[in-house]
Amino acid sequence: MGETKEKLFKGGAFLIEDLNGDDILTPEDFTEEHKMIAKTTDDFVSGEVLPVVDKLENHEFEYSVDLLKKAGELGLLGADVPEEYGGLGLDKTSSSLITEKFSRAGGFSITHGAHVGIGSLPIVFFGNDAQKQKYLPKLATGELIAAYALTEPGSGSDALGAKTTAVLNEAGTHYILNGEKQWITNSAFADVFVVYAKIDGEHFSAFIVEREFPGVSTGAEEKKMGIKSSSTRTLILQDAEVPVENLLGEKGKGHKIAFNILNVGRYKLAIGGVGGSKHGIEVATKYVNQRKQFGTAISSFSLTQEKLATMAARTYANESAVYRTVGLFEQRMGALTDEQLKDGREIAKAIAEYQIECSMNKFSATECLDYVVDEAVQMHGGYGFMQEYEVERMYRDSRINRIFEGTNEINRLIVPGTLLKKAMKGELPLLQKAQGLQEELMMMMPEEPGTEALEQEKYLLKNAKKIILFAAGLAAQKYMQKIENEQEILVNLADMVSDVYNMEAAILRTEKAIQKTGEQKNKQKLLYTQVYVQETFNLVEANAKEILIAVESGDSLRMMLSSLRKLTRYTPINVIAKKREIAAKIIEAEKYVV
Amino acid sequence: MNIYVLLKKTFDTEEKIAVTNGEIDSDGVEYIINPYDEYAVEEAIKQRDAHGGEVTVVTVGDEDSEKQLRTALAMGADKAVLINTEDDLEDGDQFTTAKILEAYLEDKEADLILAGNVAIDEASGQVGPRLAERLGIACVTTITGLEIDGDLAKIDKDVEGDVEKLEVNLPLLVTCQQGLNDPRYPSLPGIMKAKKKPLEELEIDDLDLEEDDLEPKTKTVDIFLPPEKEAGRVLEGEIADQVKELVSLLRNEKKVL
Repeated sequence: MGETKEKLFKGGAFLIEDLNGDDILTPEDFTEEHKMIAKTTDDFVSGEVLPVVDKLENHEFEYSVDLLKKAGELGLLGADVPEEYGGLGLDKTSSSLITEKFSRAGGFSITHGAHVGIGSLPIVFFGNDAQKQKYLPKLATGELIAAYALTEPGSGSDALGAKTTAVLNEAGTHYILNGEKQWITNSAFADVFVVYAKIDGEHFSAFIVEREFPGVSTGAEEKKMGIKSSSTRTLILQDAEVPVENLLGEKGKGHKIAFNILNVGRYKLAIGGVGGSKHGIEVATKYVNQRKQFGTAISSFSLTQEKLATMAARTYANESAVYRTVGLFEQRMGALTDEQLKDGREIAKAIAEYQIECSMNKFSATECLDYVVDEAVQMHGGYGFMQEYEVERMYRDSRINRIFEGTNEINRLIVPGTLLKKAMKGELPLLQKAQGLQEELMMMMPEEPGTEALEQEKYLLKNAKKIILFAAGLAAQKYMQKIENEQEILVNLADMVSDVYNMEAAILRTEKAIQKTGEQKNKQKLLYTQVYVQETFNLVEANAKEILIAVESGDSLRMMLSSLRKLTRYTPINVIAKKREIAAKIIEAEKYVV
Repeated sequence: MNIYVLLKKTFDTEEKIAVTNGEIDSDGVEYIINPYDEYAVEEAIKQRDAHGGEVTVVTVGDEDSEKQLRTALAMGADKAVLINTEDDLEDGDQFTTAKILEAYLEDKEADLILAGNVAIDEASGQVGPRLAERLGIACVTTITGLEIDGDLAKIDKDVEGDVEKLEVNLPLLVTCQQGLNDPRYPSLPGIMKAKKKPLEELEIDDLDLEEDDLEPKTKTVDIFLPPEKEAGRVLEGEIADQVKELVSLLRNEKKVL
């Protein structure tokens, strides 16, 4: 145990740590069981879900219920539920792979995700024994279906502004809930809702509310832009009678549950984004191989190849980054005692340590997905605009990902905000590192990285980390506490930090693979990494420059810019050639390959 | 009942076949259980659940075949046997495989042996019938229904789309045709349990066989891909003229009449 603990990384620590491949989980580390679980999920989606997608899109929700029950029989709903409560208690890699493979199922992946994630996990993490005994075994089989009700018409990102109230009745047996919860996934058929309400109008708390309780009803089905296969309605609580034993967690501590569940929801969306991106590449590649114009398949045009390669390189980096985060959860949970592992709150805590990583993965992977499906439509030309083509639905389904579980803007603001808090509390020595840096930069002579595989990329990564500390340090010095009003700068920083996390994940994954099976077998990974790191490093530079220009002026600005230039000087590779090489493999395999 | 399933790994149906230097390129290829063998696994599990006993899945293959055996265990088979010929045999054909399986099965007192109708790679459909012949037991190919009552098996056999109804005594070897059943997905609990189920690995040595006993009876002379499909041609003009043209093309150009 002692040894494992030394290896644990704090959330956000990657900014100042030097890591190597063994420190992170990569998809190449998946076990045979992981792969079998992924395959069962994949086969279930193609064999059972996809054949009825049109019915699901048409809101014939009896199919959703039926599919969830079938998924339950296969164990696809029980991965995160402990064995003692009728689940399988699998590791987070397994449940992540299930999420990834479900992403191809469009809106139904949201149905599944809401049930196993934000619907069931509040009870897994924060339920007491009686609540777990009562609900979890049935949630794990799909006999009961779960939903999560936090958002209200007047409170979205500002969840604590909820207006729904709970008042204990005179007999002291029931809380009487009143209010409306908006846009509740699975609401057409869910049996159990985790609902947030303020006891006596002030103590924000969570409740387990059954559909059959008196006073519980749902509104009309919403008409949405995408994920039409999922049900979305308003949950109406009108003097709803909730037994006191259904208070989830402690009175007034609902924000803790909400906060932890958001983290889970975020990394799961990120994983779905990666799965969706892979699928988007496959759909686009199959089309451009078959579509002929000017007498030749359009995949033979280098502009098409450029698009496929960019989509795939970005997907590779995001895939590496989300599984890196899953690995962090596993490491932290691996260091827990058996006793602690039985306590759901400890697991929630292990995940919450990586709040920054969850938020970054969420906005980065969902934007990767949006980019991929947008280009996939583009490659389909006019056909991509037609509903007969799957890509049209994928395009619409993707859009919500940037909005729910915290908009990507909110998630961006969380990154520098949380880092700053950790720095202030002394958890991360970011400020100390930043202070030494300005002087170091004055004296620094540019280096020339070696020519071995990944040396250039590691050099750029090292400099990117310095650029972040440099830019963040200057901004913090200038604005001090008021930096929270400078949202543009904070968002630039969030992007830079996320870029560094992704770059590093890609580099370490590729390095680990090369160490294991040699460079020849990992050429595609190396190409992805080279392309992604160079293109992303350029974005980091642009974001940093914008911050310097906003913060400094005159001579001081000129000096800072020249310091920045020392960190951004390098000899670029020819990405056009590299992308053609990447695309050749994808076009041959007709899917995303590593 | 003592049930055995013969299983082979084949290329995933999504894989594209490429030939390099006269050999099929298997670099980086994904493998699956031969789809017809999946019917056999499913049927074996169903028969065991109905009549009791044990299902053993056997494959003649290499180290990588373990993956497909684990999948069969995850579906619900009880035991698996990998007869690994990787180090001992350079080449093999249906004779080789049947001979190895005979050596393995001759003292096992199997009541029922199930195999796929054909493997989707070489599609010879020979191993099952050859093995039955060698073991001296009855054999019915391409079955689409199986009901066992005591020692009697009532079988539906697919005969070019028609159904032949047969009654055969055990012990028996059958090969399974599409339509027999709907193979289950390996469930997650099944996958976790499969880890702990026995998987025995044997080499031909353990079966008292030598390379010379197993020398293939056939020789592969050439391997090539089918010609690429050419663009079709639409005939024009009066129907009578079109027919004449078609017949003449079939006779003179394609030489099929």
